[in-house]
Amino acid sequence: MSNRPMKSRQVNVYPRFERFWHWTQMALIFFLLFTGFAIHGLHHLIPFKPAVMLHTIAALLLLTVWIFVTFWLFTTGTWRQFLPRIKGMIPVARFYAFGVFKGEEHPYHKTMWRKLNPLQAATYFAVKWFIFPAIWGSGLLYLTYNFWDGIPNSGFWITLVANLHLLAAFAILSFVIVHVYLLTIGDGFRKHVQPMVTGFDDVALTPEQEAYLEQNEPWRLKG
Amino acid sequence: MLSRMRLAVAILGLGLAAATPTFAETVQTGAVPPPPAPASVAKASVANTSTADHSKFEILQKAFASGPEVTAACLTCHTEADDEIMHSIHFQWSYESQSGQTLGKRNVINSFCGSVSSNEPRCTSCHAGYGWDDMAEAPPAQETAADCLACHDRTGQYTKTATGAGHPPLAPVKPGTLTITGAAAWPVDLAKAAQSVGMPGRDNCGNCHFYGGGGDNVKHGDLSSALYEPPLEVDVHMSPDGENMTCSTCHVEEQHQWAGSRYDVIAADHPDIAPGGPRETASCESCHSETPHEALSLDGMKLNDHTDVLACQTCHIPEFARGGAPTKTLWDWSTAGRLDETGKPIVESDWISPTTGEHFHTYMSKKGDFDWGEDVVPYYAWFDGHVEYTLPGQTLDPDQVVEINRITGDAEDGVSRIWPFKRMAGRQPFDSGNNTLVATHIWGPTTDTAFWTNFDWAKSVEAGMAAMGADYSGEYGFIDTQMYWPITHMVAPAEDAVRCAACHAQEGRLVGLAGIYMPGSNPNSIVGILGVLMVLATFLGVLGHGLLRLVSRKKGGSHE
Repeated sequence: MSNRPMKSRQVNVYPRFERFWHWTQMALIFFLLFTGFAIHGLHHLIPFKPAVMLHTIAALLLLTVWIFVTFWLFTTGTWRQFLPRIKGMIPVARFYAFGVFKGEEHPYHKTMWRKLNPLQAATYFAVKWFIFPAIWGSGLLYLTYNFWDGIPNSGFWITLVANLHLLAAFAILSFVIVHVYLLTIGDGFRKHVQPMVTGFDDVALTPEQEAYLEQNEPWRLKG
Repeated sequence: MLSRMRLAVAILGLGLAAATPTFAETVQTGAVPPPPAPASVAKASVANTSTADHSKFEILQKAFASGPEVTAACLTCHTEADDEIMHSIHFQWSYESQSGQTLGKRNVINSFCGSVSSNEPRCTSCHAGYGWDDMAEAPPAQETAADCLACHDRTGQYTKTATGAGHPPLAPVKPGTLTITGAAAWPVDLAKAAQSVGMPGRDNCGNCHFYGGGGDNVKHGDLSSALYEPPLEVDVHMSPDGENMTCSTCHVEEQHQWAGSRYDVIAADHPDIAPGGPRETASCESCHSETPHEALSLDGMKLNDHTDVLACQTCHIPEFARGGAPTKTLWDWSTAGRLDETGKPIVESDWISPTTGEHFHTYMSKKGDFDWGEDVVPYYAWFDGHVEYTLPGQTLDPDQVVEINRITGDAEDGVSRIWPFKRMAGRQPFDSGNNTLVATHIWGPTTDTAFWTNFDWAKSVEAGMAAMGADYSGEYGFIDTQMYWPITHMVAPAEDAVRCAACHAQEGRLVGLAGIYMPGSNPNSIVGILGVLMVLATFLGVLGHGLLRLVSRKKGGSHE
């Protein structure tokens, strides 16, 4: 970005597909957690067999969504949003650790190509590169056990795969808890959820960006 | 056939067998009933594929005076049949197992009736031959000693007397004579039986195999009179309402040698089941393949995942001793011999069948204490198919429960699967000097050493050991034993298979079996606890953060 004065505008930064992706993923992850923990025996709100069937179907659905999302992320260049950056991370971390209790303002301001604050981007990076691959890899191996049960010590490997899957699931639940909690900080829960519903969020625009949008994509600007 | 089954059950329930010199749990009523109605239904269970009508053979159209006479007539055409049957386990009662042991009824001691030695004419009543009355000798060698009718009679009225070393009851039948199924004996019409011959029906095999251990379903647990005409829910293959299969549909035969053995089990079969291919094993897979569940459904794929670890029987025989015939689950010989104040043998029948309401013996002076079970959930264990017996003469550990037969196998050997078993609990005499199992002389109305004649264990054990030619220290005691019976019959319809959650639960059916990862069985595993702690820590962290924000009484910062 530059040193030129930036102006905060309501911009459509979450296109319809991204919102669809987010909420479908949210619903499926909750469903997967619910059925998965039933399979693990943590609760008995749903019997074992339907839990297995529904867990598998939901996983395949989410996998399908993901195939589309991956395609979308790379064709639109949105994948860059998720690149982690060290710059600005410390102020954000300091804010959550101290500033938030003193009523300080959030140090990060969204821009067109950085919708996520540095800490958020780093978290999503970890989730996308470690936890999701762990859950998908172990889940697919778990699901396709039939095809590799002939390998030596398959009983040991399936135990490893299953436990990795389980651990990743607990990590995802932990992520969800923090994710939802952080929505309550700052402008409050409603204000934070709204952009993912309407698509519009307050974004700092450079004069050029604003001019470009007004000229070419006026429907992305509000007010 | 059904009426015959009821008769057997009804007789079983009378429970007055104290004075009857037989292992059967039955009593004779004195009057000889007419032969049971022809087994028309059972007959229909065998497809008639023969091009010969045996009733048209002149050689069979005569009055036969004995079983061997009938065999002689059979052999005029079936010239090699005697040789074949005489080399089979049905005739030899001896079997060289893959474990290198010589097994078979002639050699083993079990936890039911003990040993054949010294009890021959009673035990050999179910021999597939005539006249074997001394275990110390090989079975009779003359060609007419083979019993063709036991397996091939299709009238349903051929039978053998309970104590006749394999011979049928013939007119005039001595009052009080019983058949091998415990029914009051009737005179067998040998000519009628000879003219009826065909391939064996369920009744032919069942008349012996359903009554092992001295009564209906006593021994196996999955072989009972319920299988003569089983309802669909008792046996989906053998039911006339289902496939109406006979025993030999699965136990395929070649030259009177049958596939399938309790001594050498194929724990995991990998058959080539190309259409039209031969089937040589009595395994489920030989028809159903190793991936029998619908491959294109999620459900089926998941179930096919299990077949490398679970025997088909483990899920598809949810309980054994189904269909109304209970099985003996405990036999304690050590209490036998207690007499009432007048010196008469005691019979108590305090076990009541939950399905039929019939009473079953819980104590008999002749046999000791019993327990029974119906619709029994099996005992499960890894099984590689090998069975090793504690044979006569083998030293045992008197401080341990003796395993009459040991089953081996584990998760890692590549051949084992988890199998269902009936685990029989026993307490039986042993040589406390030499620490070996003993043969016991139980039956012998004309001897004064038989236990049932004078209730004297010392004499009984000594006579049994002498008959077997075994070394005996002269001291006996009683020892707890266990015996394993693989469960493989009474396959239920698919919808009655064991539910997933029966095992995938804490304290599920397979609890304690090593080497398998079973989701749902251990929510409190290390990783499970770690995960819960991680989530809890996250939750507490977030809660603490939120509380601090509240305490600091300032709304958090803003993006504005």
